[in-house]
Amino acid sequence: MSSQTYTAQDFKSDQYVRWCPGCGDFAILNSIYKAMAELGVDPSQTAVISGIGCSSRLTYYMNTYGFHTIHGRAAAVATGVKSANPALTVWQFTGDGDCLAIGGNHFIHAVRRNIDINIVLHNNEIYGLTKGQYSPTSKKGLVTKSSPFGTIERPFRPAELTFGARGTFFARTIDVDTKGSTDVMVAAAKHKGTSVVEVLQNCVIFNDGAHKEISSKEARAEKTITLEQGKPMLFGKDNEKGLMLDGFNLKVVTLGENGITEKDILVHDATTEDNTLHLKLANMTGPDMPVAMGVIRNFATSTYNDELVQQIEEVQAKSKIKTFDDLLKSLDSWEI
Amino acid sequence: MSKTAKVIELDQVVVRFSGDSGDGMQLTGTLFSNLSAILGNEISTFPDYPAEIRAPQGTLGGVSGFQVHLGAQKINTPGDQADVLVVMNPAALKVNVKAIKPGGVILFDENTFDESGLKKAGFVTDNPFEELGLKNVQLLGAPLTDLTKLSLEDSGFDNKTIVRSKNMFALGLACWLFNRPIDKAQHFLETKFAKKPAILHANIKVLIDGFNYGSNTHAAVSTYHIGKSEIDKGRYTSINGNKAAAFGLIAAAEKAGLQLFLGSYPITPATDVMHELAARKDLGVRVVQSEDEIAGICTAIGASFAGNLAATSTSGPGLALKSEAIGLAVMAELPLVIIDVQRGGPSTGLPTKTEQADLLQALYGRNGECPLVVIAAGTPDDCFDYAYMAAKIAVEHVTPVILLTDGFIANGTSLWKLPKLSEYPAIVVPRPTEPAETWKAYMRDPEKLNRYWVAPGTPGYNHRVGGLEKDFLTGAISTDPKNHQKMVDIRQAKIDKIADYIPELEIYGDASADTLIVGWGGTCGHLRSAVDKLNETGSKAALAHFNYIMPLPKNTREVLSNYKKIVVCELNNGQFVSYLRSQLPEITFSQFNKVQGQPFEVHEIVEHITSL
Repeated sequence: MSSQTYTAQDFKSDQYVRWCPGCGDFAILNSIYKAMAELGVDPSQTAVISGIGCSSRLTYYMNTYGFHTIHGRAAAVATGVKSANPALTVWQFTGDGDCLAIGGNHFIHAVRRNIDINIVLHNNEIYGLTKGQYSPTSKKGLVTKSSPFGTIERPFRPAELTFGARGTFFARTIDVDTKGSTDVMVAAAKHKGTSVVEVLQNCVIFNDGAHKEISSKEARAEKTITLEQGKPMLFGKDNEKGLMLDGFNLKVVTLGENGITEKDILVHDATTEDNTLHLKLANMTGPDMPVAMGVIRNFATSTYNDELVQQIEEVQAKSKIKTFDDLLKSLDSWEI
Repeated sequence: MSKTAKVIELDQVVVRFSGDSGDGMQLTGTLFSNLSAILGNEISTFPDYPAEIRAPQGTLGGVSGFQVHLGAQKINTPGDQADVLVVMNPAALKVNVKAIKPGGVILFDENTFDESGLKKAGFVTDNPFEELGLKNVQLLGAPLTDLTKLSLEDSGFDNKTIVRSKNMFALGLACWLFNRPIDKAQHFLETKFAKKPAILHANIKVLIDGFNYGSNTHAAVSTYHIGKSEIDKGRYTSINGNKAAAFGLIAAAEKAGLQLFLGSYPITPATDVMHELAARKDLGVRVVQSEDEIAGICTAIGASFAGNLAATSTSGPGLALKSEAIGLAVMAELPLVIIDVQRGGPSTGLPTKTEQADLLQALYGRNGECPLVVIAAGTPDDCFDYAYMAAKIAVEHVTPVILLTDGFIANGTSLWKLPKLSEYPAIVVPRPTEPAETWKAYMRDPEKLNRYWVAPGTPGYNHRVGGLEKDFLTGAISTDPKNHQKMVDIRQAKIDKIADYIPELEIYGDASADTLIVGWGGTCGHLRSAVDKLNETGSKAALAHFNYIMPLPKNTREVLSNYKKIVVCELNNGQFVSYLRSQLPEITFSQFNKVQGQPFEVHEIVEHITSL
């Protein structure tokens, strides 16, 4: 990382931003500018890769190197970029359709390889650019243009999919929370390996209010819990509620009731290899449980790109073949 | 019988080894051809194997063959029919009944020609040779299985392992029959089994016993000798097309000073390209074995965007899956080499067999007006040159290039004179000359019309590319109708311009002939042999063989206009001829096609041309 400091402005391109007025993507874009400025990586050393969809247009709004690719394939392109030049900081911006429907295969394999890219998943639970069809994360029963009687499909939970693919980093935030979004994006970029940041995003046109239960500041205090490394899992307006284990399950308790004190509350550890509790936390839904926000999982292990370079260096240190000519000389050959 | 068998001098011979896919026929054939090459013969080989890894033993479906053509002269093809056919079981005999030349020798394992073996192969009598109507052949039976068991009776190996070595007995016999010193074969075995000394020693023992058996019993009336070839002096190896293509990419990357990247998904018959490159970590080659064909090309496109010389390797079904991504590379204008090792299609088709039926897919199989460069290698060894040229064109003209090879040249081998990289043309990476402040992403080289290639990490040249139509200068998204027309025209003109940078079409054979045979890609050897044969027998014929297809060589119209009769021969239903008809509507073409998953046979072409 360079010693030069950057501002959000340094990451803004000269292109006019063309999302619908009120789209959650505006807030996400601002969080990204802020996160990149905070990280201090030179825009010339940053590659932003996207697929197709509303969110994928984001590439054009970044004054970095950028590649707006084809539907669903951004994770594969980003894998190529990072493998070819691991010195680059690589971001992928994607939506729930792009990432989890057409791009599902590339997504799980990028996560499985643990290649050091940052995937920001804009989850508005709808197809926007094709004007309103249900997506792989749409809630069951959602009425859309392609499900006029309600979708009968069971949705993916992005966290569950990430963990199923042995993901090492998962965070969740919501578009309206710029501070929280910036924080998790910075954490995602600092994590070595594939980082998945799910941003709960509102689509004002086709799925307005998809996350309304938890979008206001008051609702966020009561109905979400922001997990922080090494801190007790407390939430509520006055941090009066907390999470405890009840057998294999999580339960919400109130401090002061039944003799419960802060010492009884679970302490968040995102860094464990075992993801059982991370999964439990990520899967919490209302109305009985708070929705988990923040960095839910952040497990450090080797990355694909580091191992790729390391293996090349190891082989090169041992091999006598340094050039193409050496390769020819190593072949079984004979004079005629 | 006298102690020394008569030695017959031949200037060429075709030998075909055939057996169960578990009988080791590919290894036997490879060893035999390599040691012949060491002795100074020209070689051309053709492995012909089933898609099943292990079909039920002794059945027709499991027969695997390896044909080699040896000669003291230039050898263009693996030969139509075999002078000597080695069969390890009755099924192999049945499958290859048409592969044996009249008067040829059939060397067979007597032990497998028992009741059960004959039944498995579907014979109804106890004389399979008569049943197949094989009359004018020399039969050379030997109890190969029993002799191998005897040879290894003290080895301590189990029966299965022992029997598996009988291919070495057959190889020993073949070495004796063709006067090939077995120490050369031993040398190759030592390399192959370096880590398995017990197996190595067993194989060598059986090999020697096989040779001695032939020598002591005079298994045949005469043996054969093929003289040294009079090809250019130099250092040679034998190479197959997949390996040669991989080497071409390595050489090009070194010449261009770029890191080489391959994104690929396993697919028959292209996978060996990936194997070769994955083994070259010593040369810094980065290989991502991707999750699917689409990711294979998308990782390569990402690597190209990031500044690597990037390639993807596949076969027909994979090329179909890659088509949308190829369009992205055309639109974003990035260098990319796509190697398509064609196989029998459509769909899964004949995965292990050869065909030239992906040409129109390569030329046109994408949405939108999507021009790119299509070139085709002609022989196993020239896969090196054309992979090198594919990379050179891709980099210098900043475009995707499809390199077409096929199952026949990809798996077949030929002799390859080790190249000197210093003699290959330079590869100049087109970096912008404009300073970063005034540079725009779609500025172009005024001559070649390519845009410049700037990788992320280059200070100040930050820019965005993508699949949406671009402003002709800035690269910003543009939906302007006139701009789209302009960009469509520029993308085509950029490809057309490449005709100025590729070699002109040359005529092989008798240029003054009335009849011109036209071919492209992997049929090169067969077509050359056919033209040689026609000219030897007094029918004048010329050959125009194309390696550059999109764009065509500049002098194509001029050359083709000189001939009264033009016959386009290809292993499909007429894809190249339809392309030529669209490009050169004033010229009349006739066509000769074969779509059987097999290469041409020289006599088929000769007979067709003489029948005209």
